[in-house]
Formats: sequence, structure tokens, C-alpha cells
Amino acid sequence: MTPDEEKEFIRRRKQRNLVIGLLLAGFVILFYAITIVRMGD
Amino acid sequence: MTSTLAPTATPLPAEWRDFFALTKPRVMSLVVFTGLCGLLAAPGSIHPVLGFTAILCIAMGAGGAAALNQWWEADIDAKMKRTAKRPLPAGRLRRQDARDFGMLMSGASVFIMLVAIHWLAALVLAFSIVYYAVIYTMWLKPRTPQNIVIGGGAGAFPPLIGWIAVTGEITAMPVLLFAIIFIWTPPHFWALALFVKTDYADAGIPMMPVVAGEKSTRYQVLAYSVLLLGVALLPWIIGGTDLIYGIAALALSALFVALAVPVGLRTSQPEDNMKPEKRLFGYSVIYLFALFTALVADRMVLS
Repeated sequence: MTPDEEKEFIRRRKQRNLVIGLLLAGFVILFYAITIVRMGD
Repeated sequence: MTSTLAPTATPLPAEWRDFFALTKPRVMSLVVFTGLCGLLAAPGSIHPVLGFTAILCIAMGAGGAAALNQWWEADIDAKMKRTAKRPLPAGRLRRQDARDFGMLMSGASVFIMLVAIHWLAALVLAFSIVYYAVIYTMWLKPRTPQNIVIGGGAGAFPPLIGWIAVTGEITAMPVLLFAIIFIWTPPHFWALALFVKTDYADAGIPMMPVVAGEKSTRYQVLAYSVLLLGVALLPWIIGGTDLIYGIAALALSALFVALAVPVGLRTSQPEDNMKPEKRLFGYSVIYLFALFTALVADRMVLS
């Protein structure tokens, strides 16, 4: 792997990690909200 | 020992955008819209958080099924100009990653629908995913020129699921919403297939214009359009909606038939610009958005 390829590899991995992290955080908030709403039923 | 294996198509990990593209975002926007309309038009109410969750599940299910569809059809997509740039045929994504992504999205959508919303909504969502990814994509699409009629069933589920998320039961109204999209799909898609038919022939998909010929396809476009006029009016006729929907459905469907008549009765010439077909295809998308908007508007005024 050339230095340029390695740089691109790290950039893509970083972006994917960021997107997955944001999605997981979103689901944590969503499940929290669903729980609160369901407890009020 | 010499290896005969082809070099790996993707030396770099895929971009997140390629995964997003697997979900067919443009199709998903129509799915989210019709699902939301089903949810809003249903009698009763749902907490906004749960309503959002139900729509999210419908969107995730559709995205997962779309990913599984592209995983299965990567070889076919590579042969068609319209689809050759998708992540799999373009080699930007590994095939098994698309499969795993599709399974995860589909499974998660059904699970969340089950625990957060309603078992019947989850059951119908699960069936719609299997219907699209297995019954349509794997089994019937490559085997019969009726593939579009069958595929229309997959696209027709979102308003039904949205409705069930609110009411928890299947009644005549959501089944009619299903029927409207089901009957709308053949004239919508065959209008497109009439002006891009060479692509499908090359890929070996038995699309109606290729198998039954252009003339037969044109008659069928017209026949389904007339049928759509009747089906679109049914929610009003059975008293499920008021006059706003009734008038909108009559006007919108009458224009649909009016645009389908030249498509149905003419014969294309060599080097034909296919204008009536392109016009009908363009209008068919507007038709569905407008009809479902009228349905929701009608319901809002009623209540």
C-alpha cells in the first residue's frame, strides 16, 4: 500500500466509524424516547 | 502454483456513501412519503415519537430489501447503462458486505417495529421484505414478463404498514391504498420500459415490451390506467374519504387516462422521441404524490 493509499484507507475508515457512531447515538436516543412514551401508555 | 482468481475488486474499504446508495434513496423517498400518508390518513392517532419510529422502520426495511436486491442482481446491473454505476457493479463495494448490510437493516427494522409499534405491522413489514427480496427479485423477476405487476406489490406495502402502525388492524381502506399503488405500478414502469427497452433485453430480463412486444405493452398500459381510475375512486365510493379526495382522485386519474390514451394507441417509429411515454412516466410520479396528499388533506379536514 502506497502512502497515498494508506491515507485514503484511514480517511474512509474514519468516516465510516463516524457515521456508525452517529447512527448508534441516534438509536440510543430513539430507544430512550420510545421507552419514555411507552411507559406513559 | 498459479492462481486463476481475479484480483480483488475493492482494495480500499467502501465509503459510507456507497452503503447509503445501496438503499436506493430515491425509491425510499416515495416509500417514506406513501408510508407517512398511510399513517396520517388512518383513523386514530399515534404519538409522534412512535409515528417517527414506524416510518423509520418502513424506510429501513425498504433500504434493506433494496440492498439485498442489488446484492442478488449485481451481474444484471453491470449489463445495463442505467444501473452499471451502482456500488456493486462499479466495484466500490464487496458483494458479501452488501448482503450483510441488507440483512442487518431488514432484521433491525422488523425487530424495532415489533418491540416499539405493533406485531401486525412488524409481520407485514417482514413479509414485504421477503416478498421484494426473495419472491420478486430472486424468483419471479427473471422468469416472467409479469414481473412488474408482481414487483408493484412490493412497492404497495408502505401505506398499508403505516396504517396498521396506527390502528393495529387491516381494514378495507388500507387494502385499497395497497391496490392503488399495485395497479399504478405497471403503467408507471412500462411507460419507462418502452423508452429504455434495449437495456433490459441486453441484461436478459423478460420485460413486457421485449417479450410481448410493444403493441401489447401499450394496450396493457392503457388497460391498467383505466383500472386505476376505478380503483382510485373506491376509497371515496365506499365512504372511507370525503369529497376532497373524491374530486382529486377523479381529476388526477382522468388526466392519467388521458395521457395513457396516446401511449396505448400509437405505434412508435424508428428514431422516435417517445415523448408521450416520457410524459406519462413523469406524470405518473406526480400523480401518486398528489393523490396521497389529497388523501391526507381529506382526513385532516374531516377531523
